[in-house]
Amino acid sequence: MLSFGNSQIKLLEKLCNAMSVSGDEGEVRRIVLEEVKPYADEVKVDALGSVLVRKKSSGKKPLRVLLDAHMDEVGFMIVHADDEEGFFQFETVGGLDVRHLVGKQVLVGRDHIVGVIGAKPIHLTTAEELHHTLEMEALRIDLGPQGKANVGDRATFATKFRRVGPSFMSKSIDDRIGVAILIELLKNAPKNIELCLSFSVQEEIGLRGAKVAGHYFKPDLAIAVDSTPARDLPDFDGHENHTYNTKLGLGPAIYMANSSTIDDPRLVKFMEETAVKNKIPYQFRQPGGGGTNAGVIQQSRAGVPVVSVSVPHRYTHSPISVSRVADWKNTLNLLHLALKNMTHDLIIR
Amino acid sequence: MSDVLPFLKSIISVAGLSGHETPVANLIEQKWTPLVDELTRSKLGSIHGLKKGSATDKSPRPSVLIATHMDAIGLMVSRIVDGFIYVTNIGSVDARVLPGTPVIVHASGNGEELYGVIAMPPANLLPDGQSEGTIALKYLMVDTGLTPNEVSKRVRIGDRVAFNTEPVEMSGGCVSGHTLDNRASVAALTLCLEELQAKPHVWDVWALASVQEEVSFGGAFTSTFQLKPTIAVAVDMTFGKGTGSSGYQTFPIGKGITLGIGPSIHPFLYKRFKEVAERIEIPVANDLMPEYSSTDADAMQLTAEGVPTMVLGIPQRYMHTPVELVAVKDIQRAGRLLAEFIVSLETDFIEKVVWE
Repeated sequence: MLSFGNSQIKLLEKLCNAMSVSGDEGEVRRIVLEEVKPYADEVKVDALGSVLVRKKSSGKKPLRVLLDAHMDEVGFMIVHADDEEGFFQFETVGGLDVRHLVGKQVLVGRDHIVGVIGAKPIHLTTAEELHHTLEMEALRIDLGPQGKANVGDRATFATKFRRVGPSFMSKSIDDRIGVAILIELLKNAPKNIELCLSFSVQEEIGLRGAKVAGHYFKPDLAIAVDSTPARDLPDFDGHENHTYNTKLGLGPAIYMANSSTIDDPRLVKFMEETAVKNKIPYQFRQPGGGGTNAGVIQQSRAGVPVVSVSVPHRYTHSPISVSRVADWKNTLNLLHLALKNMTHDLIIR
Repeated sequence: MSDVLPFLKSIISVAGLSGHETPVANLIEQKWTPLVDELTRSKLGSIHGLKKGSATDKSPRPSVLIATHMDAIGLMVSRIVDGFIYVTNIGSVDARVLPGTPVIVHASGNGEELYGVIAMPPANLLPDGQSEGTIALKYLMVDTGLTPNEVSKRVRIGDRVAFNTEPVEMSGGCVSGHTLDNRASVAALTLCLEELQAKPHVWDVWALASVQEEVSFGGAFTSTFQLKPTIAVAVDMTFGKGTGSSGYQTFPIGKGITLGIGPSIHPFLYKRFKEVAERIEIPVANDLMPEYSSTDADAMQLTAEGVPTMVLGIPQRYMHTPVELVAVKDIQRAGRLLAEFIVSLETDFIEKVVWE
């Protein structure tokens, strides 16, 4: 098992607190480049801004394995300045529920200027209005009187990473957790395979970065390392919750199918066997819905066998998600052991 | 004028929901003790600071009570299921600002402050028809990241849950955070007491940090009864112009404070405030309150045989949300106007407070 402690947590904290809205991933890219350079044989930033990393094998004709994690997060773009009073119209970038926006602090632009998304006081709101969601066109980011921002600036939730008991809470666990895992795997790269890593951009707006990254590497197989929703909350009426997708604390979530991708059954089986053999807890994500970069990598060039493995988190695309440290650690170890034991046999037809 | 921001940030960073004001009361008491001659707590927990006036020709000495409520709106634990904490409201809370909001659970089991987030349950876990539009408060829950076992050891029904937005300084000399309603007014009253250290005044001044304004005006009713002030002034937040808020009830922030007009306000007190504001060049706007002021003044006015009352307002954007926003300059203006009003009170002022 890989060593795991404070330095891994500090790195994830730094990654989560960075702003990296789809299409403007510079902050996370800088952290990734700094972390991977001492360990990689080849580092390149591609045309879209993804960081592509290669670590060679010591063997001959090694199996070439691509691991992907996306650097981008859902967020906002400033689209219009209303007046001198500091109110800015904004649009969402990626799938955000407008109901998560009101009453939140946000960070705007490269300088992380603090703004707030306010709402009419309840005292001035009618009983009828209280039943209706506040829609995007009614919301503004408020930077305070004379507050300055530029049209095109990106913004994100201002919540900060925090450890709580067995868990951690943060914005953007989706998918900084994957980014952190890939960095750790590079630092402990198994020698039997050629390890290719894509820290990809623009996943949240249509899996764009991974599409070209998959083409570049020509991998023998690929694993998308992402974070998937855990909807393991109680049902209001007390019925058992059968549609939880994943549950916190049960270990890495192995995919079998999502809305557009059937994961390669050989890889699914191999991941499960690796977990069982090494007594690592694991769970199968309930099939259906959602998607990861595995979907586009599978269809790159003449096709690539893929599987997705995710760390579960609650409250997707919201100001604060919740994940378990143990699930993170178990996902890291499962992937590391899987890579160490992979051979060409795995994908022979 | 001293920098009030560190004190203001400190009092919006401690607990003090309605009925449970002790933590914030302790900070205010510490700050006010050197500024007043006597300081006591009422039976319900309000702070009474007395700064004695110099009038000797009248007994008892006339007194002005300045009321700033120190309690905050928030949430209370109503039930716990599998480690998830359901809540009800204390004071008026718009459920629409809650999903994704950081909170502190004041766990009575061991006195810990637990960090948490308000979870909006996914549609499949809500009754039919409840997942569209506003998710009602009864369906929302707090997730502390702890296991069910850890939660049940620490958290009990009735524990308070407070907003946990960090105070931030913003453009235009503004500060944003939760519970600026009405701790910003407590800060203004503190500035007033500081000003009065060097300014002679003939009237006694009762500085009141009242409890339970957000639920019942309980502090204002009882302290006014006990202290029997000659006149009373409530300082509270008024609505700032901002997202979704315009019209006669709203005022730009940072451009001055407001004087109430309406049945809760004695016209003669209004007149004196207006005169003082003009003399010391503090911009004031009229805050029209056709029926209620919805401040402690509504209670103070109706206490015992009745008290002439006045309402001072500090404009605030996004009242009762986790991201309330006020201009520090307006807080300073309120503090200065209060002090100059108090200084202006002559011994026989009350005899001039007459109806036409």
